[in-house]
Amino acid sequence: MLRKLLIGTALGSGLAFAAHAQDVKEVEMLHWWTSGGEAAALNVLKEDLAKQGFAWKDVPVAGGGGDAAMTALKAMVAAGNYPTASQMLGYTVLDYAAAGVMGDLTEAAVKEGWDKSVPAALQKFSVYDGKWVAAPVNVHSVNWLWINKAVMDKIGGTEPKTFDEFVALLDKAKAAGVIPLALGGQNWQEATMFDSVVLSTGGPEFYKKAFNDLDEEQLKSDTMKKSFDNLAKLVTYVDPNFSGRDWNLATAMVIKGDALVQVMGDWAKGEFNAAKKTPGTDFLCYRFPGTDGSVVYNSDMFGMFGVPEDRKAAQVALATATLSKSFQSAFNVVKGSVPARTDVPDTDFDACGKKGIADLKAANEGGTLFGSLAQGYGAPPAVANAYKDVVSKFVHGQIKTSDEAVTQLVNAIEDAK
Amino acid sequence: MTTVTTQIKLTPEHGARPGVSMRSRLQDALPKIVLAPSFAITIVFVYGFILWTVYLSFTNSKTFPSYALTGPRAYQRLWRWTFESDPPSSWYTSIINMGIFGFLYIFICLALGLFLAILLDQKIRGEGVLRPIYLYPMALSFIVTGVAWKWFLDPGLGLEQTLHQWGWTSFHFDWIKNKDFVIYTVVIAGVWQASGFIMAMFLAGLRGIDGEIMKAAQIDGATTFQLYRRIVIPLLRPVFLSAFIVLAHLAIKSYDLVVALTSGGPGGSAWLPSNFMYEYTFKRNEMAVGSASAVIMLMTITAIIVPYLYSELREKPR
Repeated sequence: MLRKLLIGTALGSGLAFAAHAQDVKEVEMLHWWTSGGEAAALNVLKEDLAKQGFAWKDVPVAGGGGDAAMTALKAMVAAGNYPTASQMLGYTVLDYAAAGVMGDLTEAAVKEGWDKSVPAALQKFSVYDGKWVAAPVNVHSVNWLWINKAVMDKIGGTEPKTFDEFVALLDKAKAAGVIPLALGGQNWQEATMFDSVVLSTGGPEFYKKAFNDLDEEQLKSDTMKKSFDNLAKLVTYVDPNFSGRDWNLATAMVIKGDALVQVMGDWAKGEFNAAKKTPGTDFLCYRFPGTDGSVVYNSDMFGMFGVPEDRKAAQVALATATLSKSFQSAFNVVKGSVPARTDVPDTDFDACGKKGIADLKAANEGGTLFGSLAQGYGAPPAVANAYKDVVSKFVHGQIKTSDEAVTQLVNAIEDAK
Repeated sequence: MTTVTTQIKLTPEHGARPGVSMRSRLQDALPKIVLAPSFAITIVFVYGFILWTVYLSFTNSKTFPSYALTGPRAYQRLWRWTFESDPPSSWYTSIINMGIFGFLYIFICLALGLFLAILLDQKIRGEGVLRPIYLYPMALSFIVTGVAWKWFLDPGLGLEQTLHQWGWTSFHFDWIKNKDFVIYTVVIAGVWQASGFIMAMFLAGLRGIDGEIMKAAQIDGATTFQLYRRIVIPLLRPVFLSAFIVLAHLAIKSYDLVVALTSGGPGGSAWLPSNFMYEYTFKRNEMAVGSASAVIMLMTITAIIVPYLYSELREKPR
């Protein structure tokens, strides 16, 4: 149909004009932001583009960690049917870039000065071979606690500063008859929590060596064993029905006051926002005890595919809109994350957001900004999944001791490398 | 199909005669022309891709296919995982689960289906109502079955919760959350779905048995049990074959049931080989390992089905 139109116009008015006039005013976007807070956040971008006259073709593929969406993307790309852009995580962007299917946004990047405003840690994933291939949308950090304030007041708890204080707090909740820890028993949620546990147990230096450099010495060290023991301790505070639960249902337990706390990335705040809860009065956000000063991040990126020329204008508009200061602020206020560029004012953000922005800046400057292994920013997917396997098997009892867990972790990572 | 064979047989006679009209020649070729597309499609999309999968399993394919042969490393890894039982590797879990699920699913479906069919065959009143009730679950997709049973078996939502509310608070049924029992919940849901259909197959078989034989046996003094044990069930042998093949292929492709019912189970404890294949190929970017596991599945199925078919079908000409 399109081709017919093109040819028709070309005959009438000359090829150059036709190609320009027939630019497809549509962006096709694959993503897995389907839960309440997330869908609301994405709507901000949709409206931004609508103002510029670009239609939005939504390709949502539900499922928390985006596994299903990535499978759909692989099929689309294999069929040569590239979307304009797709939500992507870390190494996936680099994999696709290495396969040569990504577009090139360098022109827009230079014009907008992205290399100065986007943190270097993120550019490792959004720039491939000197070319901008993705537009980072946000920076999430994983090492947060989300606490129901009413429950906290009822049990008379205070902010836990160390892991032991955290355990004491969970004990108080247990004594008061509340579910202390809301956890969804899916492997990525368990591993996401374990990221924080490792950072808390071993400190920033240890986390980096073990989970970003995959240093075998550290992976099989006693500190790692201690981390698994700490994880085992946390798992004793979850309700018996946790296995297989989705993350937003676990967040809902905290929102409703059925549970005291959830350890989850700051996307959980989007759920609190969607439920019309205010930080400080309805819920509290603390860094995971013992991880203050470090940020374990992941970032949603919009990977830009090598689309045909007539779709290019829409793609550049999408990327530019994504990294504009106004969108970065508006979007991240809703989503719960912090902007992917460091020069966005924090005036519109709530208390948790302001803390997140300040923490990110400090971590970026202090060298304590680390990729989350569970979220695919610490190592390539094969390794990250091997890691999730081990953590999940440990949580559910297939792996019984921390000694065994450490051995399995080393083997699994070695196998997957 | 019959027409096709006849037409083809006729061809030499026609072709040998000189000066046959264009029309009759076209008529002769027509069946082949009509069959050609589906034949080509089957060759390419079934057998072609089987070969392609075999090829990929010997490469080092990760996220995308790569074509350089690098030897049987994927098979070596699977072989090693086959014996990693403590803690169980995902592959070990998958094949053990396939054994448990495949055996129980096929066996219980056959037994239950036959039993229900025999009961329904007693010329009872209301058979017309009962039969569709049992048959209905087969009309549901695995996904619907999976989700419905997921809610029903969930201790916080379904059976356990309801019985607690009715006052039976000591009742405990958390198989779906238990790594050692989750595979049996897949069996329960699978049996619920398929046994009615198997019942219908057996019922058709029972109706096809000549009443004269039954009467003769009764006159000879056979008890009802003997009648079924010695006469009816042996006569149903072809139905057993069909039912077995239907169930075996349903068992092997139950990927979606596992996903919908358990999302893989606690720590991946409900995986079947099909889940393993999908996970490794598409989620973990280990396409070579995924392909190797697919090849092993195919080999296993061949090893079971082919001898069985051979032994069953060879007796036909008798």
